[in-house]
Amino acid sequence: MTDQTLAPVQTGTIENAIEFLKARYPDSVKDDTRSGYSGVVVSKSQLVDVARTLRDELGFDYLSSATAVDYLGVSDHMEMVYHAYRTSGGPPLVFKAQTERSNAEVPSLIDVWPGVDFQEREAWDLFGIRFAGHPNLKRILMWDGFEGHPMRKDWREAYYEEDQKPFESRWPRGYIRRAEELNVYGRNVRYPDDLDLGALKDDSAEESLYSGMGLGVDVSAYETEGIKTDKLVVNLGPHHPSTHGVFRMVVTLDGETVLSLEPVMGYLHRNHEKIGERNAWLHNMPFTDRLDYISSMSNNLGYALAVEDLLASGARYAPPSYRAEAIRVLMVELTRIVNHFWAIGFLLNDLGAFFTPALYAIAEREKILDFFEATAGSRMMCNYMRFQGVAKDLPERIRSTANLLNDRVRDFNTMDYLTEMITERLPRAIDDLDRYLTDSEIVKSRTIGVGYLPPEMAIAYSTAGPLLRASGIPYDVRRAEPYSIYPDLDFDVAVRYNGDIYDRYLIRLDEMRESVRILKQVLPRLEKSQGESIFSGNKAIYMPRVPVGEAYGRVENPKGELGYYVVSEGDPKGPQNPWRYHVRAPSFINLTALGAMCKGHKVADVVAILGSIDIVLGETDR
Amino acid sequence: MYGMGILKGLGVTIRHFFESYAEDIRYSGRRYFGAKSDFSERQGIDTRGVYTVQYPEEKIAVPERFRFVPFLVVNDADHPEAPGEDWCTSCGICSKVCPPQCIWIVRGEDPVTKRPIPQPEAFYIDTDICMNCGYCAEFCPFDAIKMDHDYELASYDRTTYHIHDKARLSKPFSYWMSIAPTTANEEARDRGSWEHSDVVKEKKKAGGAAVAYTPTESPAEVLALLKANAPKPEPEPEAAAASTAVASPVAGEAPAAEAADGEKAARLAKREAALARKRAAKEQSGE
Repeated sequence: MTDQTLAPVQTGTIENAIEFLKARYPDSVKDDTRSGYSGVVVSKSQLVDVARTLRDELGFDYLSSATAVDYLGVSDHMEMVYHAYRTSGGPPLVFKAQTERSNAEVPSLIDVWPGVDFQEREAWDLFGIRFAGHPNLKRILMWDGFEGHPMRKDWREAYYEEDQKPFESRWPRGYIRRAEELNVYGRNVRYPDDLDLGALKDDSAEESLYSGMGLGVDVSAYETEGIKTDKLVVNLGPHHPSTHGVFRMVVTLDGETVLSLEPVMGYLHRNHEKIGERNAWLHNMPFTDRLDYISSMSNNLGYALAVEDLLASGARYAPPSYRAEAIRVLMVELTRIVNHFWAIGFLLNDLGAFFTPALYAIAEREKILDFFEATAGSRMMCNYMRFQGVAKDLPERIRSTANLLNDRVRDFNTMDYLTEMITERLPRAIDDLDRYLTDSEIVKSRTIGVGYLPPEMAIAYSTAGPLLRASGIPYDVRRAEPYSIYPDLDFDVAVRYNGDIYDRYLIRLDEMRESVRILKQVLPRLEKSQGESIFSGNKAIYMPRVPVGEAYGRVENPKGELGYYVVSEGDPKGPQNPWRYHVRAPSFINLTALGAMCKGHKVADVVAILGSIDIVLGETDR
Repeated sequence: MYGMGILKGLGVTIRHFFESYAEDIRYSGRRYFGAKSDFSERQGIDTRGVYTVQYPEEKIAVPERFRFVPFLVVNDADHPEAPGEDWCTSCGICSKVCPPQCIWIVRGEDPVTKRPIPQPEAFYIDTDICMNCGYCAEFCPFDAIKMDHDYELASYDRTTYHIHDKARLSKPFSYWMSIAPTTANEEARDRGSWEHSDVVKEKKKAGGAAVAYTPTESPAEVLALLKANAPKPEPEPEAAAASTAVASPVAGEAPAAEAADGEKAARLAKREAALARKRAAKEQSGE
């Protein structure tokens, strides 16, 4: 896909790579010398060249994350932060491009890594940074009639109360007032000056219905192979069960065949990241549950790792104990199984087998959720991980007492329950699923060869997780940049090579089996570490002091690489809140490849292809 | 042979169909008659099949650590020394650690000296905002705010019922013990006493000693311990045994303004009566 006269790819350390860059671009690549920061700052003029060198000559072929930070009041500039990785593993090369706040503009990297498409649109939408050369730079999460760029530090939300939590009005003179009484809806919303609200009214003429898509496609007859057909624009969603939430695909069709597809999202947008900046560090933990709400445990872990990375440079930091790490791995691997059961079940739904296979698939999930509930207190919104440990130790017994509200009694030994689940129930359920589906004639004919994603495209589009690995790239953060106790554990990175829906289904089965394998190794570690502390900090500290700096914590979430980019500007006097809290959401970035995967397939396949990516809108829209 | 796949598929379906009744068949009708505690295996390790829980007649068991919107722990109404007293000292940690900031506290003030006193004057939780994260309970240094198990909060009017005031939030210690005996024991063990940590300190200062922690899961037993240790034990030998402490959540403690609210009081009384009936029925069914 690139030209043939490439220099051999270097495989040295990050330091070597930075040296190489500085030698090649002495004027435009500088070390990031701020305390707590790493990587290089690249001048705007040579950003694209540097990126190309990184990809082609230094082997950083995978751009994991591209996001913006607004340093208003600190150094009064905007900054794009890129994290590039090698798919052969290892740490990231972080490079940044700075721009002034007014008229913020940075060259687009879309020609180097097409995977930045949505991320640059997001940065434009939320920060107002223009990307020169981006072919489709328009809002992605907010709607067109939105005024301002909400992630800028000087932008205030409709129900603004204070810059940072905890709010003054709560204690000691708590004066309760609902937010909507103070800021009556309708009176607190601004529109752009040039927006004609009257023009937004739907006059239900057919043309306006289609012209509203902004695709510039008109319903006019055109000819293919001698047959006169209509090019037709169809909206799949936003309200449609196949979209797994509120998600829209604008599909241009020639008969039944997809000519182009554009994902439209943001219906569930709540500006998670702005909320995250208002919040104190610990406040964010339960909010991460609500991203990918199927796998809240691993969302928690990613955030905990990112903040621990920052905390580790401080004085009073002790890493989590072995038991805490073992419990974390137990939880996230169970979560992976939950998620993949869910994904496979609902893929079958998307293929048209309505809910029977889905219910078979998620029956076993109930047992896992029961365990989460008994341990963390909630089935889905677990809020279980803490910086330097976990919230509570595993309960000795999974127990429900009879009381006024609850008429069932239940009492099991937790370890017995877990052992039975991991050694008997889960393998059996996975085998069942395998037996029902893998050889099914219908599943095979609907999925084999459909939604093909070639490996080089999977990397270029920054896809992650099962989507990437089903295209033959054995890239798994647990092995590529290991965290927690994964280096001690024996497991294989599942990989499949055909890159179609069928392989994405198979790889989820493989990953569940690998997870069971990991869990079997975690059980004896739990037995052995019984009685060890699960939290290595001071439990009473609810507003930890987080040292100044940046950190990028990432985990292999069931849906792909989940990254948290956090920046602490650490005001030692006031309450401590993240300066920047960015979520690299796998569901969001994996969608970049959707259009390319659907091209040329039938409408019915679009639904199945979307199902095989396995998105959750809570995370996509944030 | 054609059609084998279909037959096999139907076989799978029918097996799952019957499996979903396996639990009912195992209990052969006791689901509808007899004691509910017979269903201990319903959510068990070896349960098979996707079974149906017939809510609201049947409810699924929630574990001890289950968390729903918070409540405030107060002493039981028949506490020998300070009936109905708040455990909350209005230190404000819960309102600071609350991620969605749904807790409003008015710190108590001495009417004469205007100095803060360790009693909340008012306490509000907006349950529409609460995200059930459990931080308030986790970080409360006095074990005074706890996550509830009562998830049936639906109402017809959110503006009236969804902001819980102190009267509605307050629930007796015996209730807390009944929903989470293990946790209550762990916390009492850490305090070293079944009493509030401030009471422990005060008594120590005065040269006495608070009720030492002895493991028990019965609220009645705790009450008996408290009574035995009280400075002037009330001559009621039967009280500890007979009453299982269905205490009024507001008894004696509600601020005047809130007590005056007749409607609220009526609602509380009704709720209390319902709880008492339920408790009586349970005792009758031989627990």
